[in-house]
Amino acid sequence: MAEPLLEARGVVKRFGHVQALQGADFAAYAGEVVALIGDNGAGKSTLVGVLSGVLAPDGGEILLDGAPVRFGGPQDARRAGVETVYQDLSLAQDLDAPANLYLGRELLRKGVLGRLGVLDRPAMRRDAVRAFAELGVTLKDPTAPVAALSGGQRQSVAVARAVAFANRVVFLDEPTAALGVVQRARVLETVRRVADRGIGVVLISHNMPEVLSVADRVEVLRLGRRVASLRAADTSIEELVGAMTGSLDRADGSAAAPEPSLQASGRQPELEPEQQPEPDEVPEQQPSDEEVR
Amino acid sequence: MTTTETRPRPHAQTLVARTPPLLRRAAGIGELWTFLILAALVVFFTIAAPGKFFTAYDLTQIAVNAAIYLVLGVGMTYVVITAGIDLSIGSVLVLAAVAAGEWNIHHGGAAAGWGTVAICVAIALAVGAAWGALQGAVVATEKVPPLIVTLGGLGAALGIAELATGGQDPAEAAANNLQNTLGFGKLLGIPWLVILAAGVTLVFGLVLGLTRFGTHTFAIGSNPAASRRAGIRVGAHLVKVYALMGLLAGLGAVMWLASYGTTSIAGHSTDNLKVITAVVLGGTSLFGGRGSVLGTVIGVFIPAVLNTGLIVIGVQQYWQDVAVGVVLVAAVYIDQMRRRTRERS
Repeated sequence: MAEPLLEARGVVKRFGHVQALQGADFAAYAGEVVALIGDNGAGKSTLVGVLSGVLAPDGGEILLDGAPVRFGGPQDARRAGVETVYQDLSLAQDLDAPANLYLGRELLRKGVLGRLGVLDRPAMRRDAVRAFAELGVTLKDPTAPVAALSGGQRQSVAVARAVAFANRVVFLDEPTAALGVVQRARVLETVRRVADRGIGVVLISHNMPEVLSVADRVEVLRLGRRVASLRAADTSIEELVGAMTGSLDRADGSAAAPEPSLQASGRQPELEPEQQPEPDEVPEQQPSDEEVR
Repeated sequence: MTTTETRPRPHAQTLVARTPPLLRRAAGIGELWTFLILAALVVFFTIAAPGKFFTAYDLTQIAVNAAIYLVLGVGMTYVVITAGIDLSIGSVLVLAAVAAGEWNIHHGGAAAGWGTVAICVAIALAVGAAWGALQGAVVATEKVPPLIVTLGGLGAALGIAELATGGQDPAEAAANNLQNTLGFGKLLGIPWLVILAAGVTLVFGLVLGLTRFGTHTFAIGSNPAASRRAGIRVGAHLVKVYALMGLLAGLGAVMWLASYGTTSIAGHSTDNLKVITAVVLGGTSLFGGRGSVLGTVIGVFIPAVLNTGLIVIGVQQYWQDVAVGVVLVAAVYIDQMRRRTRERS
């Protein structure tokens, strides 16, 4: 594959005494769905926070199209074409879908009215309806507050917002966790379609069958490090779970050489030292709390 | 690998989008039922006191009484939409009036010229806006809830005003020039106070409904974390909103001085409750994210109409306080229920 769109190299992030990321690597490529999996406290959310500009890393580097970057905040990342769909969707429930789509980058009218900050509602509505249509979503009433929509539609609004502006990478944090079967299929279909546009899609998920069905590649995080980077087609749920929990290392770590599927990702899985200090369950919420302050 | 699939099927969507779901939207508007209450009150008093209530004099009186509360209510609408509250407005009004009044006393008193009047107006507006901005800056730190920040502000602003005046309303705080124009003057039979209040209401109603500033105000009240992630500078916006509230309290001080000619240091302790009541009656949610200036207009007029109406039909006007209190609690109850049903869906 070509150069990664977005890459993390040896990223370190500490919260007080807890080291959430201890030299984590990660890469997202154009047109690819890469799943980022790991047990609770493995550092998934922290890594996503760092890559989407929400958290400042304490060490390591982030490369965008091969060049090192420093995101001062989520806006910086967004400006670089890196969008995030947060687990809580991050929508303003009382505003309608077009207003949410353009939250923070509203379209203004031309001329004097625009200078006064008057919104171009018709244009925003038009674009929003088009953006939703591209995802195969029809909004009955685009002027209804998001709170009045179903869970699936709300999800679509959040995804549409990210996709409409992302031209490099989209992070989706547990996008299907709160959805029913049909909506779940819808979102996964969308994920695929977004990747087909040449955008790098990063899917954070707990759901192994889902990961295997939609992702091209799976990166496994354990204890703040990448322990495996596998092709989805060549792996299995057992292998993923093994990599996540570390039982795989123990089982055949020194014995057989890692299968070709366990392609080295800078750091061999069996190098994972057993005596590593176990950061007891880094609370995943911590980073997002941090950001709220 | 890059097969861009863009097959817009927008026709059906836009058609659906264009059909205005008028009925549904009308029913969903928070202002509607408050407006019906207001209309019912007007009809009731008109019938109960034929030829007495619905006279030009009473209408003018109602409007003049409501003008200052309306100006304060417009600012409060913004604050409440951000899920905040400002208890300090009465004290800020007094502080601004005292600051302007003191300048007036030392620069011509009642006979002061237009230059002094202009400076007094500027002082009142500046003092109000500065106090509001200060409170907004503390609120923006998110370390102290707005209720407490402005409760502190209520005490502090009043205290400073009393320190400056020794607790007595100073004489000659307002110039005759101000009182005879803005205070008692009329344009085509409409008092200037009413015109001023209507202008302020219109401008800030449009700003709230049509501009980016308004949208960000709603967004912050709706979901501050999401607003921040979307790149909205939440803290700076809150400072502006509270500064606007203070500015309008300063304008209220000018209107008060023009209308009554005195600072009324002790007369504004319940302004905050009256104004917050009006805002909430108008359908603005105390939990933030929803509300409108139009609703506040209606909310301001309900107590005003009640007050005048009860006097006209010979009922003790204190019943007004009872009625408004009951309606206020009911309004918040309904808002809370609506929110709950929404979250359940």
